[in-house]
Amino acid sequence: MTKTINSHSQIVAFCCRYCAYAAADLAGVLRLRYPPDIRIVQLPCTGRLDTLEVLHALEHGADAVMVAGCLEGDCHFQRGNIVARTRVNRIKELLTEIGIEPERVEMFNMSSAMGRQFAEAALEFTERITALGPSPLRSGLKEITEAVEM
Amino acid sequence: MIVAEQKPLEEIKSLIADAEKVLVVGCGTCVTVCFAGGEKEAGILASSLRMSTKLDGAPKEVTQVTVQRQCEWEYIDAIKDQINDVDIVVSLGCGIGVQAIAERYPKAVVVPGLNTSFLGLPTEQGVWEERCVACGECILGLTGGICPIARCAKQLLNGPCGGSQNGVCEINPDTPCAWQLIYDKLASQNRLHLIMDIQPPKNWSTSRDGGPRKITREDLRLAAEASE
Repeated sequence: MTKTINSHSQIVAFCCRYCAYAAADLAGVLRLRYPPDIRIVQLPCTGRLDTLEVLHALEHGADAVMVAGCLEGDCHFQRGNIVARTRVNRIKELLTEIGIEPERVEMFNMSSAMGRQFAEAALEFTERITALGPSPLRSGLKEITEAVEM
Repeated sequence: MIVAEQKPLEEIKSLIADAEKVLVVGCGTCVTVCFAGGEKEAGILASSLRMSTKLDGAPKEVTQVTVQRQCEWEYIDAIKDQINDVDIVVSLGCGIGVQAIAERYPKAVVVPGLNTSFLGLPTEQGVWEERCVACGECILGLTGGICPIARCAKQLLNGPCGGSQNGVCEINPDTPCAWQLIYDKLASQNRLHLIMDIQPPKNWSTSRDGGPRKITREDLRLAAEASE
């Protein structure tokens, strides 16, 4: 018989190469499991985060965007992660104007040694987005039908 | 430069409510520098409008293009095909850009995406302050390079007034008293004699009071040269 299931959520994670990207790598080395919903995009610093790229991710099917930078005070470029946080707040305002839940974009901070915390943040954020449901921009459009042998 | 701010998305949506095909036109000059209407902002607005109208159940086809300057015919002539292909144009230029497109393309429906705010400068990244009102008769040579017309709430020529307290204007504790700034500047340069003379009432006919202004330079006009 045929069973209809919702696809996994799709979360784009913009990760700083000096911290969260390395933390994700460490999570892998430690064999820690975190949801496969996360798609990582490496940034040279979260200060490079571009509002337009976040919007494009959401417009083209992502359910949420996670931004992960260094611990505050530890940015390799002095203030890149601080700037990123203010930019994320601005994007949340923009999403509210558009009609998308602002909770779909969030900023996280961690060091490269925090593989476990990366996995926990990924899990926590994925749970939040799963509870919110698919992006209103793609609800009803991306249901995946799988033939399941019963 | 000209400083502007983007209108709320809801207002822009109401301006384009009747259209299906929308072109957002950014401007690569002043409004790019003040992060209000450049290529990046045009992309953000176009994406926001596509998503928002889709969520409203009536998705619009929104595209964007950015020209170097919306206030010169040569640049807006280059986007003729895009403008003729849409129902409505949202200009992210200043008020001049909006009017230039509307004048060059009489059949096009053009609406503003920005509120043009003032002539000013970024005093730091992310902060813009008014510095000029284009009054048409500059007195900065008398006032130590600090304009009392743009920066004094009363536009006084012989200030300060009694509302100047501890160097701050009575209208707002964040607004420095322009005349205190002028006095301090001229005092530091030993040029206080410049403000000892009483200035007569300003001739506002060079400003907006004289109606729309126009400058013609015959030495630059190509049409005049051709007619000789």
